[in-house]
Formats: sequence, C-alpha cells, structure tokens
Amino acid sequence: MEKKVVFRSAWLPYALVAPQIAITLVFFFWPAAQALWYSFQLQDAFGLKTQFVGLQNFAALLRDSNYLQSFKVTAMFSALVAFSGIGISLLLAAMADRVLRGALVYRTLLIWPYAVASAVAGVLWLFLFAPSIGIVTYVLKRGGIHWDWLLQGDQAMLLVVIAATWKQISYNFLFFLAGLQSIPRSLIEAAAIDGAGPGRRFWTIVFPLLSPTTFFLLVVNIVYAFFDTFGVIDATTQGGPAGATQILVYKVYYDGVKAADLGGSSAQSVILMAIVIALTVVQFRYVERRVQY
Amino acid sequence: MVENRPWLTFLSHAVLIAGVIVVAFPLYVTFVASTHTLDDILSVPMPLLPGDRLWENYAQVLTAGTTKGVTSPVGRMMLNSLVMAVVIALGKIAISIIASFAIVYFRFRLRMFFFWMIFVTLMLPVEVRIIPTFKVVADLHMINSYVGLTVPLIASATATFLFRQFFLTVPDELAEAARVDGAGPMRFFRDVLLPLAGTSIAALFVIQFIYGWNQYLWPLLITTEESMYTSVIGIKRMIATGDALTEWNLVMATAMLALLPPALVVLLMQKWFVKGLVETEK
Amino acid sequence: MAAVSLRDVRKSYTKDLQVIHGVSMEIADGEFIVILGPSGCGKSTLLRMVAGLETITAGEIAIGDRVVNNLEPKDRDIAMVFQNYALYPHMSVYDNMAYGLRIRGFAREKIEERVQRAAEILELKKFLDRKPRALSGGQRQRVAMGRAIVREPQVFLFDEPLSNLDAKLRVQMRGELQALHRRLGTTSLFVTHDQVEAMTLAQRMIVMNAGRAEQIGAPLEVYARPATTFVAGFIGSPPMNLIPRDGRLMGVRPEHLEPCGESEAMLSIEVDLIEPLGADTLVYGHIGDREGTRVAARLHASVDARTGRLPLRYAPGQVHWFEPASGRRIEA
Repeated sequence: MEKKVVFRSAWLPYALVAPQIAITLVFFFWPAAQALWYSFQLQDAFGLKTQFVGLQNFAALLRDSNYLQSFKVTAMFSALVAFSGIGISLLLAAMADRVLRGALVYRTLLIWPYAVASAVAGVLWLFLFAPSIGIVTYVLKRGGIHWDWLLQGDQAMLLVVIAATWKQISYNFLFFLAGLQSIPRSLIEAAAIDGAGPGRRFWTIVFPLLSPTTFFLLVVNIVYAFFDTFGVIDATTQGGPAGATQILVYKVYYDGVKAADLGGSSAQSVILMAIVIALTVVQFRYVERRVQY
Repeated sequence: MVENRPWLTFLSHAVLIAGVIVVAFPLYVTFVASTHTLDDILSVPMPLLPGDRLWENYAQVLTAGTTKGVTSPVGRMMLNSLVMAVVIALGKIAISIIASFAIVYFRFRLRMFFFWMIFVTLMLPVEVRIIPTFKVVADLHMINSYVGLTVPLIASATATFLFRQFFLTVPDELAEAARVDGAGPMRFFRDVLLPLAGTSIAALFVIQFIYGWNQYLWPLLITTEESMYTSVIGIKRMIATGDALTEWNLVMATAMLALLPPALVVLLMQKWFVKGLVETEK
Repeated sequence: MAAVSLRDVRKSYTKDLQVIHGVSMEIADGEFIVILGPSGCGKSTLLRMVAGLETITAGEIAIGDRVVNNLEPKDRDIAMVFQNYALYPHMSVYDNMAYGLRIRGFAREKIEERVQRAAEILELKKFLDRKPRALSGGQRQRVAMGRAIVREPQVFLFDEPLSNLDAKLRVQMRGELQALHRRLGTTSLFVTHDQVEAMTLAQRMIVMNAGRAEQIGAPLEVYARPATTFVAGFIGSPPMNLIPRDGRLMGVRPEHLEPCGESEAMLSIEVDLIEPLGADTLVYGHIGDREGTRVAARLHASVDARTGRLPLRYAPGQVHWFEPASGRRIEA
C-alpha cells in the first residue's frame, strides 16, 4: 500500500528518519555485525590475542554436548510453554465468551500478569516453590511428593514452565477472546439450528475459525519462550540444575558474560539470529496471507 | 449463547473463577509475605493471612532496601525504573512517528532501504547480541547512566509499523486539503496527523511503558552501581545471596512495589492497552 | 476572481500510460464549468492538475495571467471541495474553516469575520463548535464549501462534491450551489459523472472520454448537437438511439420518435419492454430480428403501449448523422 499524495522536500525526509536509523545502526547493526565477526574468531584466555578460525567455533558448538543439550531443553521448554499457555488461555477465553455477564470483569482480572516483569514472575513462583519454605512445597510434601528443584531437573523445568506460562496467559487470552468475539453470531446460530450442541459447535465451527489466531499465537509464544523468558530463568534456576533449564538465550549470556568465551558466545548469537529470522519469516508470511483473506 | 443451559453457564463461571484464583494466587501470597516478619515466613508453613508489618516492611525497603545485601533504597530504584519506562516509551514513540511519517508521506531515495533496515531490527532482539551491544555501550561510556539504559532500546520496528499502518488509513484527501489550505509537511504533521494519532500514541505508550519498566537483561548488564539499579534488578540482587539468607518479607515487598506501577497502568488504561497489544501485532 | 486557461494539457504516468491526451479550454472569469464523464475518463485528474495536486506532464495551465504549472497548490489561489469533504476530524467546524486562513497568517478578527459570514451564508452558525462527526452529510458538505468560501479564492474546484449525498439532498444542494455562484460569482470548475448535475449547474461543460475532451459547450447546445456518438450516448436518459443507415449512423433521441400508422412509418420496432413513468412511457424494442439494433422511444402517457410491432416516425430536422468509424458528427 502506498500513498498517492506526497510532500516534496530534498532534505526533510532524511532528517525525519535520521534518529531511528542512527540508533538502529549503532545499537543493532554494528553489534550484530560484530557478533558475526567474533563468531569467526578465537580469543585466548586473557583476551590479549585473537585469531581468525573460520567456522571452527560453530563446529565446536555442534560437537559440544552441553550446547546440544541446551537445544533440547529449549525445544522442550518452548513446546511446553506454548502448548500449556495456548490451551489454558483458549479454555478461559471460550468460557469468557460464553458468559454474558461479567466477561469484562474476568478480562480485567486475568490480564494483569502481562504487566509483571518476567524476572519478578520468576521470583513470585520461586517463593511459592522454594524447597524449604515454599507454601506449595509444603502442600506437596503433605501429599507425599518430595519437591526440590535445586536437585531435580524435571522439577526445575516444571517451575520455569509454570512461571513463564503464567505470565503469557493474559496475552493469549486477550487474542483468543478478540478472535472469538469476531466470529459472527449467525454462524453459531446456524450450527445450533443444524443440531450441533455446544461442544460440537466449538470443535467443528469455532476452533477451525480460530485457527489463524491459534497459529499466530503459536509463533508468538515460541518467540516468547525463546527470548523473553531470560528473566524467569535467571531469577529462578539460572539454568540449573546441571543445565536442565539452560535455554539457548541463557547459554549465550552465561558463556559470553560469565565465562567470557567471546567466540563461542558470538557463534551462538549468530545461530540464534538465524532462528529469529526463520521465525519472523514464518510470522510474516502468515500475516501476509491473513491480509489477503 | 444460543441455548439456555444453566449448568453450562455455571460451569463457565466456575472455570473462570478457578482461573482467576490460580492466576492471582502468587500475587496474594506475595502480598501476605510482604506483611510479615522474616521469622513468620521462615516458619513452615507460612501464614496465609496478612500480618501487621505492612508499614514497617514497605518503609524499610523504600528508604533503605534490605538490611543485608542490597542496601540502596527501593524508592530510588523505582525512580530509575520510571525514568527508564517513560524515556523508552516516549523516545520510541517520538522517533518512530517521525520516521514513519517520512516513509509514508515522502518519496525519496533509499526510502525502502530505510524501511527494511528498521524492519530487520525485529530480528535482532537484544538477547541475541548481548556482548557486542554491551561493548558498544561501554565504548561510548554509557555504563551506569540513564542514557545507556534507555537510548539503545529506543529504536522500534513495531512502533514504526503501527504508525505507518495508521498513516495509511488516513484519507489522502486530508493531506490534499491541507496542501490546498497552505500547510507544509511539518504543519500538516503537527496540526492534523499528531492529533489524529492520539489514540495510537496512547495505546503504544501503555505497551512501551510496560516494556521499559520490565526490562531485565539490559539493565542487568549495564548497571553495576546500586544507585542505578531498576526495581526489577534490585529484586534479583536481593535473592542472589541464597535461600536461607534471603529476607523474603522485604523481597516480597519490593516485588509488590516493582509490579504495581505497570499493573496499574494496564488496569487503568485497559482500553488503550488492549488496543495497543492487538494492533502492534497486526 | 480570474479566468483559467488550459492549453493542450497532458498527463502521463509512464511513457505508455497517458491519461490526459491534450485538453484545451478558455474559461472566462466567473464562469461555472462542469467537467462531465464516466469514471476513469480523467476528469478528476484534470481538476487535480488545476489544483496542483497532480503534476502537469505537458502543456500549460494559467490562472489569471499566471502560468501555475510549477506552483504549489497553496500558491495558486484556489480552493477545493473534495468528494468525501476531507474535513479535519479533530477540529471544530469553526477551526476547519479557519485553518487555511490561520496558516496564511490572517489576523484573528479578519478570520472571525470571514468565518462568521460564510457560516451565515451556509446556515452553519449553530454548528460552529461541533466536530464533523456530529454533523449530517449535508452539513459536512456545507462545511467543506465554507472552508473554500472563506478563502475568497480566484477559483473554486469541486471534485464530485454531491456524490456522497442521498438523492433528495443532492437536489437541494444543487440549488444552493447555483445560488452561491450567483452570489459570489467565483470562477468554478465542477467535476461530476452525473449528467443531471452537469445539465443543471453548468454554464458550459466539457464532456470527457478516455482522457480527451469530446465536446465543450453550453449544456443545451451539447444536448442538441452532440459532437460525437460518445456524447450522444452519454447525455440523455435513455440515450440517443444510434441506428446504422446507408453506411452511416443515424442518431435520434427517444423523445423525437412518435407512433404512427404503418404507411407513414419511417422505422418499425418489436417492443419487448415497457416502462410507464407516469408523465410519459418508455418503450424499448429492436429493429427486425432479436439481434437488431435496440431502440428506445419516449411516448406520451396517453399512448396505449403494447408489446409487439410498433411503427414510428420522426421529423427529418431532428436527426443527427455520425461517421461510424470515428464517431464524429457529420454536419448537414
């Protein structure tokens, strides 16, 4: 889409885009280019000498069992966050769409976790599940479950999944509710006249019509789990125990900042960028398709 | 709904209420914990009704932080968070609205090149270029400064797209009428586009305020002095010392203080928030 | 006020896509000119070139004695009324009208005086504080005209300003536009696709087709002596019948056909559609078999119209002749 009406000026448009472009160049392109550059370099332990090593950093990563483990952890983590987040929100949104009174009240009561920082969300759940003093830990112990995520990898994973999902439910809920409310009432009524009960209507009419929203949310939730959950991880498990919750983004941070492995961390950054690009392309192809409908 | 089935309506309410309770439970426990002494909380199980230390705990953290570990006032951290949130939100809005104005209302060389340049930043979240970005900021001597906290996060592809989308819906005739009326581009921008974009600006402000307030990785990297901590970083630093040593009552009071401002913004500006969220994702 | 000259004005978007193929016209000071044509004929483009909203590829446009080709719209001393009115939605009626004057740096009292006077003329005094969305279509229309009037420009440009109004309001606004022009006497160019608007408003009109001016003239003159088959077919409802005769096209208007006895018949049609309108009755049919040329006739209401064969006659003086290939009128 283009405007047919335009203003004319030799310098004004450049001046108007300049601030945005300047910041983009200095803080986005330059660092990204450097990440790419460092990813081909090897630095000695004291940071005194660097040498060009081609794809060696990447090769080393692919041989590194920790890194492959991190890939698996990330895949598991994002799948769990995306599916549980989408499932729970869809259920809540479908119910909120059913009730005539109070939908707005429920919406208000459900959307505020969006405003909570992921690190704070982590701390909230960390406190509930704290091995010695957590109230949920206490209840679990009474129920015969021994809870200590500091030792149990599965439990640590569960903790970060819960915290990350909790924060994302409000977002998914809003989109599902908007999607549900945009389905024409007449379609539901026609299905009812055809004899379909509420459950059947949901799965044969409503859910297929929601599929664009669902797909969109799937991509958004995966991106969220990949990148925006850094705070959750860092505030709770810090990747542990034994790398059980070390997602890729956390490993980039850990290797680069804590372990000061510049080349390896940069190579990981480059791989992550490739993943973001792939996800963005998927998202935009989908958006384009949606526009054509 | 189509048919009248009371039990179904009842079930819907039941599910929703259960959802609301589960979602609110961590917040409730946090609040309760923030109103007790540390000893009360460490005695398992901790109390589930508010205690009487609300005033003492909040006054303590606001003015002096925790007694061990982080000893800076959380009041100062909240101020830092506020500065960060407001500067980022306004900065993003300002530079994005003028950039999209240029891209929509002018034809100039490199126009599409700039557009794609801004677009590509979507693919470069700070998490994937942590170290080089940190280096750039360090080289520019922006560590431990408000400029360093905010400026690198101000470029915004989403805001630029939102405004572009909005400008494209503004009828062409409005710009023509303004030209016939004698308004130049900046006059048209100020007198016509800016007032019309009011709701988009409000919506974007809510979203970006929350984004700025909740930043974590970036302030974690570039603030090393306690006086520059944001409230979110403050909490993280308070619990870093380990489970038993953590003063949970004070941490939880800080958590309440850290999540209250953005939560209030969401609830009070719910209309703009929903609009902003749904539209920035188009 | 000023005269407007179009001198072989052309517009192309690319080398192969030319949309205005050389239009020339001298518009006298104070004249009301209507540019009429079907959609896509280039009439709005022509108007927008006068306004300065489209560039002129070749030729010259002059307002008064100034060639304005390279002037910005604001420097051409024109005012324009848009099809969708283009009112600034966030400004009150008063501010909408005052905006152009403020930009031009008029004194506050002068603006107040002009806006009040325009509001008086257009009966908008009650609405000056309202926002456009709180107005009806007709009122918005008037605000758009008010915005043009306060500027006291040399030329008014109207781009289909009535087409968004309902039928009744359109008739009313037509009347008001005429009254306004009588009162202000400002040179006006008015674009429309509606022939009734053109016939009733124009002192002279340009009939455009595919980027060319087919005919320029006073409405009745255009009606009485269409220069091309396009004009003949575009103006008049139903349009002029065009019947092939002796290698030429014979044009005769439906109202010039009258029923007669078989012996006097100059033309016979098989009637297959009858539309009684009250004052008169339209009958449609074809000459000869079903594939034959279709002919419409406007008969007096007293005629008892039936389907089937209908002999018709016409006065020889009311027949027009056209060249089939070029569509041009052949003068007798």
